[in-house]
Amino acid sequence: MSTPTVEQHSAALDAAEAGGVQLITVTLRIRRFNPEEHPEPVWVDYQLTLDPKERVLDALNKVKWEQDGTLTYRRSCAHGICGSDAMRINGRNRLACKTLIKDVNPEKPITIEAIKGLTVLKDLIVDMDPFFQAYKDVMPFLITNGNDPTRERLQSAEDRERFDDTTKCILCAACTSSCPVFWNDGQYFGPAAIVNAHRFIFDSRDEGAEQRLEILNDREGVWRCRTTFNCSEACPRGIEVTKAIQEVKRALVTRRF
Amino acid sequence: MPTDYTYTDSVVVPSAQAHTGQGLGTGNPADAFVVEPPRTRTKKTPRRTRTNFEMLAWLFMRLSGVVLVVLILGHLLIMLVLDGGVSKIGFAFVAGRWASPFWQGWDLLMLWLAMLHGANGMRTVINDYAEKDSTRFWLKTLMGAATVFTVLLGTLVIFTFDPNI
Repeated sequence: MSTPTVEQHSAALDAAEAGGVQLITVTLRIRRFNPEEHPEPVWVDYQLTLDPKERVLDALNKVKWEQDGTLTYRRSCAHGICGSDAMRINGRNRLACKTLIKDVNPEKPITIEAIKGLTVLKDLIVDMDPFFQAYKDVMPFLITNGNDPTRERLQSAEDRERFDDTTKCILCAACTSSCPVFWNDGQYFGPAAIVNAHRFIFDSRDEGAEQRLEILNDREGVWRCRTTFNCSEACPRGIEVTKAIQEVKRALVTRRF
Repeated sequence: MPTDYTYTDSVVVPSAQAHTGQGLGTGNPADAFVVEPPRTRTKKTPRRTRTNFEMLAWLFMRLSGVVLVVLILGHLLIMLVLDGGVSKIGFAFVAGRWASPFWQGWDLLMLWLAMLHGANGMRTVINDYAEKDSTRFWLKTLMGAATVFTVLLGTLVIFTFDPNI
């Protein structure tokens, strides 16, 4: 009974491999940087044959495993949750693990470079410290006063819904590194930090909203936002980032007057 | 480990990212192409201000913008469209309008709001685009001086205007 099943299965696999999948030739144009080898960044082309339904991360893996082991990039979960592999693909910030080859015009070379505004350490790896410094500065943890309750801190479904959108952030830095104000001098808190402040400012269980609003009221805070919507467009989680920033602005205005 | 990748026609693209060229100062020749790490705390990092200045500036832009739409469109309508348009504008026409405190007030408000609105917008642009603190300071000083000069001169003219000169 079991033997025929296995045969059927492998027959189906063979069929898929033979005719179901159309492999195409793709050129990856990767902006490589290795300060020990070449003082300037260089664009390097890699030719690959792969299924257009595969992801850009699969293509990068193929390059690293089969063509050039020196190619360096971050990836961890490979399923759009860990936020490691944000990069600039064809000029737009995306997660390599959520971007299919067929969606980024594989007829032309696909350009891949590190996200902008942060120091490139090697190839596609940037120094994320300033990004996480801004994140830490907004105190992204529950702040409460008084004694701890003996049971859970309860919350109504409506109160939870209020900040639901900003809980989706995976800290990939796609938004912050797409923000032209952040590109300038990197002193602006950036969309990601504000999104994570929003997540607590509008949480009914949290009591630190005033402190966070005070931090974001400063010269490098929410008022530097120019509503260019680059962040909302870049977010791989579909968070309405600009809207969240505007809500923080509105909270500041209504609380101060 | 041999590096077997080839540079495509030795296409060397200089960094598209903003950098000051000063590098990190570690002696590495590649430093000039490295973006300096942002958000590092130095003695030069401005302290927290604890004021509402940025919020008030932001609010001012929104509110003055709404008022300016009315003031400027009204101004353009009177000066360019109604009653024969530009052909009627002359010393006598201006003198006639400024005889009324209403039009004096209109022009004064338009002058102040437009100049402050424009200056605040330019301040934002300078803050965003100037790379060095000293450049930023001098550009803002220059702009502030020009703004103060224009506003004061305009105000002086509106209040001391003599139709009989």
